[in-house]
Amino acid sequence: MNDEKQLHWLVRPSTIRKLWIGSSIVLTLMVLAQTVIYVKGYFGFDAWFGFGAVFGFVSCLIMVLVAKLLGLVLKRPMDYYDEPQDKQSPDASHDNIKESNNGV
Amino acid sequence: MGFELFSPAFVLLIAAVLICLVKGHARTAVVLIAPLITLWAIWQVPDGVQGTIKFLSYNIEPVEGSPLRRLFATIFAMMVFVGGLYSFRIARWYELAAAFAYAAGAIGVCFAGDLITLFLYWEMMAIFSTIVVWCGGTPGAKAAGIRYAIMHLLGGVVLKVGIEGVVVGTGSIQIQPILATDFSTWMILIGILINAAAPPVSAWLADAYPESTPTGSVFLSAFTTKTAVLALILLFPGEPMLIGIGLFMVVYGIIFALLENDVRRILAYSVVNQVGFMVVAVGIGTEMALNGATAHAFAHIIYKALLFMSAGVVIYRTGKNKCMELGGLFRTMPLTCICGIIGALAISSFPLTSGFTTKSMISQAAVDGNLVWVYMILTAASAGVFLHAGIKFPWFVFFQKDSGLRPKDAPWNMGLAMVIFASLCILLGVFPEVLYALLPYPVDYEPYSIGKVLFYLQLLLFSGLAFFVLLPLMKRTMTISLDTDWFWRRAAVLLFKIAERALGSIGKLIAVQRTRLQNLLHQIVVRYLGQPHTADSQERAVFARSWPVGTTALWIAALLSAYVLMYYL
Repeated sequence: MNDEKQLHWLVRPSTIRKLWIGSSIVLTLMVLAQTVIYVKGYFGFDAWFGFGAVFGFVSCLIMVLVAKLLGLVLKRPMDYYDEPQDKQSPDASHDNIKESNNGV
Repeated sequence: MGFELFSPAFVLLIAAVLICLVKGHARTAVVLIAPLITLWAIWQVPDGVQGTIKFLSYNIEPVEGSPLRRLFATIFAMMVFVGGLYSFRIARWYELAAAFAYAAGAIGVCFAGDLITLFLYWEMMAIFSTIVVWCGGTPGAKAAGIRYAIMHLLGGVVLKVGIEGVVVGTGSIQIQPILATDFSTWMILIGILINAAAPPVSAWLADAYPESTPTGSVFLSAFTTKTAVLALILLFPGEPMLIGIGLFMVVYGIIFALLENDVRRILAYSVVNQVGFMVVAVGIGTEMALNGATAHAFAHIIYKALLFMSAGVVIYRTGKNKCMELGGLFRTMPLTCICGIIGALAISSFPLTSGFTTKSMISQAAVDGNLVWVYMILTAASAGVFLHAGIKFPWFVFFQKDSGLRPKDAPWNMGLAMVIFASLCILLGVFPEVLYALLPYPVDYEPYSIGKVLFYLQLLLFSGLAFFVLLPLMKRTMTISLDTDWFWRRAAVLLFKIAERALGSIGKLIAVQRTRLQNLLHQIVVRYLGQPHTADSQERAVFARSWPVGTTALWIAALLSAYVLMYYL
C-alpha cells in the first residue's frame, strides 16, 4: 500500500491489525484473570469460570439476531410516514428493503 | 409571609421571561446566572412542607423539601446551567426561553408538596417542551411536536382523572406512597408512565426528540422522563408492576436502538432503555433500589446530555444526522469524539465512570431481593447498552469508514459544556461517595470490589467483541423502524380515511334520495296545485284552476247538508 502513509495512523491497516491482536490479548487476559481473582457469584452459576464473558457475548448475539429479525418486519423507507403527494423515489441505498411504501 | 412559599422554579420562570425581554450579553448573563441562583435557592429549601395556601377547600403545599427532591432539583439546575452554556450562542431566544420554562416546570415538580401543584407544573412541562420540539423548525418537527403535545396532554388528562379520583376517594391531595389498586391510582400510574415513555407509548420519545434542534434535544433528554421517575419514586415505590414494565423498556430500548440509523434516535431509544433501569428499581422498592434509581437518574442526566451534546455538535457542524452519512470524524473533532466516548462508556457503566457506580446499585438491589431473572436481564441489558450506545454511537459517528467530512471541532462554549459533564461522569465514577452522601437513604454499598470489576469487564469487553464480530449484521440502512406510533400515525389515519369515505358515500346516497324526494314532491305539487300562475288557466292543476262561483256554492251547499245530516244522525 503506497498510500498507507497518507492515511491517519489510526486507520492504517497495520494499526488495525495491531489493535485486533492487542484486544485479543486483553480479552484472553480478562478471562484468565479469573483463575487468580475470585468473582463472587450471587446465584451460584454466575461465578462459573468465564461466565461474564460468555454471558456478555451470547446476550449480545441474541439481541443482534432478534433485532435483525424484527428489522425484516419493522423496517420501512425513510419517507414511509410522509404525505403521499411529496413522496419521492427511494434512494438507491435501499437495496435490501423490499418495496413496501404502502405495505400496510 | 416570607420566601418559604417561593419555589426555586420561579427563578427559572423569571429568567425565561427575562430572556424574552433582553438581548445580547445581558441575555447571556441571564442564561448563565439564573441556573446558579436556582441551584442556590434549591439548597435553601429545608426538609418538610414550607407552608400552605388555601385554594378552594384544599391546602396547597407549593414547596416541600426532602433530600430526594433536592437531589433531583439539583441535577435539573445543573443541567440548565450546562445546557445553557452549550446552547446560548446558537439557540434562538424563544428556544432558550421555552427550555428555561420547561426546566422550571421540572424543578417545580421536584418541590411540589401536593398533587394539584404537581399537576400544574406537569402541564407546564408538557407545554414548554412541545415548544422546544417545535423550535426544530422543519415540517417534520412541526408534525412531531403536534404528536408529542397530543400524547402529553392526553397523559395529563389521564393523570388529572386519577388525581380527581384520589381526591374524591380519600379527601387528601398529599403526595404519599400508594399502590395501583383501584381505578384512580391506576390512572395516576398510567399518566406518569406516559411521561416515562413506558410501553405501549414509548414511541413518542424517539419520535419527538430527534426532530428538535441540536441544542433542544439536550434539554429534552433531561427533564420529562426523569421527573416521571421522581414521581414514581414519590408515589409508587415497590409497585411490583413496575419491574415488568421496566424490564420491557430496557430490552425495547436496546433492540430499537440497534435497528436505528439516525444518530439522535439511537440516543433517544437508549433514554427509554436507561429509564427502564430506574423503573425496575422503583418497582423493587427497597431503600437500596430507590437509592439506585435516584443515583442512576442523576448520573444518567449527565451522561445522556453529554451524548446528545456530542451528537449535537456533529449535527451542528456537518448538518447530517444519519450513521450512513457520518464516519471518520475523529480526525478533526477530537474533543467531541473523546467527550462522546466518555459519555458512551458512562452509559455502558464501565468501571471508573458514573454509570458503574450507580447502575450497579440497581443490580445489587435485585440481588438482595433474590430476583434472579431481573438480575440476569439487567446484566444482559448492561451488555446490550454497551453494544448499542457504548460502541455503536461513537463507532458509527467518529470512526467507521471515512465519510470525507472534515468539520471543525466544537465551538468553545459547546466544548466547555461537554468537558464539564465529561469530568462529572468520571468524577462520580471515581469518587461515588460525593453522590452517595446526597442520596435519600443511608448508603451501605461498596461499588468497587475486584471480583465485580473483573466480572463487568468480561461482560462489557466481550460485548465489544460481539459488536465487531457481528458488524456485518449491523449494516446501517436508510430506514426507520415501525413502532407502536404506527397505530396513531398510520392506522388511525387509515381508519379516519375509511370513515371519511364511508360518511362521504352515505352523504352522497342521502343527497341522491333527497333529490328524488324533491322531484316527487314537486310533481305532486304541480299535479294538485298546478303550474306557475302565468300558465293558461286550462293547463293548471285541479286546485290551481279558476272555478266558477256556482261550483263553489254547490260544494258549500253539499258540505253544509252533509253537516246537518251528521248532526241529526
